[in-house]
Amino acid sequence: MSIGTALWLKHWILERNSILLLLGILIVIAIGGLVEVVPLFYLRSTIETAVGMRPYTPLELAGRNIYVREGCYLCHSQMIRALRDEVERYGHYSLAAESMYDHPFQWGSKRNGPDLARAGGKYSDDWHRDHLQDPRSVVPGSIMPAYPWLFTTDLDFSHIAEDMKVQALLGVPYSDEMIANALADVRTQTTADAPDAAALAKRYPKAQARDFDGNPARITEADALIAYLQMLGTLVDFKLYDDKANIR
Amino acid sequence: MALSHAQAKYMTFGEGGSAVAFTALAIFSIVVAAKAYAPEYAFHAYLFAAGSVATVFAIVNRYFDRGAQAPPLVIDGKPNYNMGPVKLATVLAVFWGIAGFAVGLWIALELAFPALNFDLSFISFGRLRPLHTSAVIFAFGGNVLIATSFYVVQRTCRARLVGDLAPWFVVLGYNFFIVIAGTGYLLGITQSKEYAEPEWYADLLLTIVWVVYLLVYLGTLMRRTEPHIYVANWFYLAFILTIAVLHLGNNAAVPVSVFSPKSYIVWSGVQDAMVQWWYGHNAVGFFLTAGFLGIMYYFIPKRAERPIYSYRLSIVHFWSLIFLYIWAGPHHLHYTALPDWTQTLGMTFSIMLWMPSWGGMINGIMTLSGAWDKLRTDPVLRMMVLSVAFYGMATFEGPVMSVKAVNSLSHYTDWTIGHVHSGALGWVGFISFGAIYCLVPWLWNRPLYSLRLVNWHFWIATIGIVVYVTSMWVAGILQGLMWRAYTSLGFLEYSFIETVEAMHPFYVIRAIGGALFLVGALIMAFNVWRTIYPREQLAPVASMTPAE
Repeated sequence: MSIGTALWLKHWILERNSILLLLGILIVIAIGGLVEVVPLFYLRSTIETAVGMRPYTPLELAGRNIYVREGCYLCHSQMIRALRDEVERYGHYSLAAESMYDHPFQWGSKRNGPDLARAGGKYSDDWHRDHLQDPRSVVPGSIMPAYPWLFTTDLDFSHIAEDMKVQALLGVPYSDEMIANALADVRTQTTADAPDAAALAKRYPKAQARDFDGNPARITEADALIAYLQMLGTLVDFKLYDDKANIR
Repeated sequence: MALSHAQAKYMTFGEGGSAVAFTALAIFSIVVAAKAYAPEYAFHAYLFAAGSVATVFAIVNRYFDRGAQAPPLVIDGKPNYNMGPVKLATVLAVFWGIAGFAVGLWIALELAFPALNFDLSFISFGRLRPLHTSAVIFAFGGNVLIATSFYVVQRTCRARLVGDLAPWFVVLGYNFFIVIAGTGYLLGITQSKEYAEPEWYADLLLTIVWVVYLLVYLGTLMRRTEPHIYVANWFYLAFILTIAVLHLGNNAAVPVSVFSPKSYIVWSGVQDAMVQWWYGHNAVGFFLTAGFLGIMYYFIPKRAERPIYSYRLSIVHFWSLIFLYIWAGPHHLHYTALPDWTQTLGMTFSIMLWMPSWGGMINGIMTLSGAWDKLRTDPVLRMMVLSVAFYGMATFEGPVMSVKAVNSLSHYTDWTIGHVHSGALGWVGFISFGAIYCLVPWLWNRPLYSLRLVNWHFWIATIGIVVYVTSMWVAGILQGLMWRAYTSLGFLEYSFIETVEAMHPFYVIRAIGGALFLVGALIMAFNVWRTIYPREQLAPVASMTPAE
């Protein structure tokens, strides 16, 4: 009698014992997940070596939280696939390293609108303001909703240092200095020609500091969201990136 | 003491303990509400407080109304089934179904006519889309699964549900979770993991409800008076257990504070993507497939009055399906920054998954052997058989789309949306409608108000599905081809916005398909309502009760 036949004739044991059935199910469903997920945490080739990655500034993080809140990921991907047309349309294909500090990831699954992985610097702040307030004023065929409330709602960043502490706990390299300066950094980054801009740029290289929402009197949610959109995909310098070194 | 010892009534440990626990939760919720970081979160905390107070009130009220003894497990040699929670979940399924389909129609119209977003935050597409997916999958589908699983496990085990308050807690707690999740999306509370959007406190609530669900289910299995566990229960058990594992793995998060609705997922970037689609695809595999296969394995044989086509095929179907499904997640991440080896594994197992899926379909459809004539006379059975056919179609299309070359075209387009809906509307929707049309007469012990209306529902919804799915196929393939089209000079031929504009007619057609599906569901709601509340008092019809 083969092992297969023997197992077959023994199936009644599982059918008559709910706990054994439960354990059987648990073992069978555990295998695939373990094989596919666990190695991603220890195989070094999973995340490329890329120079330039840094944690989000407090303002960018707040903007990212608004991006999450409004469900932007449901229509915009942040993952340029390694396909010719995507690279020519959106830029260099996305690296795993570029989302290594993203809790949670925002790769998305549907493009009702274009990919945003390299949206940073593609359009002016002015364009973003018009676009968020009335998308069809700048892109007539757009089907995007308008987000006028972002410009009238003050950004609540009173607890942003706590957010950063949690992220630090999860492995994002926020230093004590970054956390201590969180509130000041939000103000600095939303001010044009701020005196502390140099200190901000030292903590967060390539951080762009200016009045994003066109209203210097207030720090609004639009400030944060536009700051986030304007930094997307700008951290890694692909003129220096060596993709041959990261073949996997 | 006025009462003699024999009549003395005591609060059970469950009643007393639950009352104390919910009182504590009410007080805690009020404290949280008072110190909440955001008004939206305070609103939720007050909902928790109100829900807890109502629960305490209900427990005490029920205590005074009930007899001194616990309900007997057996009456005259027959199991004393507990169908109250089943009835409630059935009615709630119909309610949430209508709500979820209606929101789906609305967001379909928003894509066709963006002015319908009305510049209002709480009805903008990004907030309503999770409301639609959660309402149809978890509110409608979840209530169907809870109702049918509690019905089937009792019937096939010939045993009363375990627990006194516990089954009610499962139904009410689950639906309270739905309310928290749904209102949260509208207010902007989301963690942005697709199909797992609720924030940490809603996830905690769901965890507790789900563990109780598992315990009630397992306890009832252990209480069975039948020697064998019937095949439908294998699928329900796999669904409940695996969803628990997936939920815990994908929602591992650290809250910013107990006073904040915001949390951050433990995983990041590429690992988070893999965990998300391990969860996401198996929400399909275990919530929308294994659970509903449990329905297929009970309701189709019952309705057709024929045994399952092949017992051996059931065993192969079950183990191979649950083993293979878990591997399929990476096909959502082809050509992304996920390592190639993981993508290849995901694709390979997705293709293999075709076999058990079709094995199950064959087992379901061939159960009609010798009873094919019933397809002409019984629209309820016809609905369930068509659902299995849709299952076969969707589970053929899925492996095709998981092939990397096909996926490079289909991913990010509406082809995926079409694929999902052929499974969701055709398979999950129709098998649920069929189960509801069976359950309502069985539970309320009355004939269904109208089989003609079922027929109308069947045809209107079927046409709706075909219109929906075909429009999305065309839209998705068109958009995928436009994205990669090159001119003879080697430039990309279309700007992105041109591909968006090309979608408009298909979005309108899709909305029409969705509207037809909604109309069918409204007909069902009317039919169910008329069955439960007939215009004239009808004598109960014994023949509608299923045989043991």
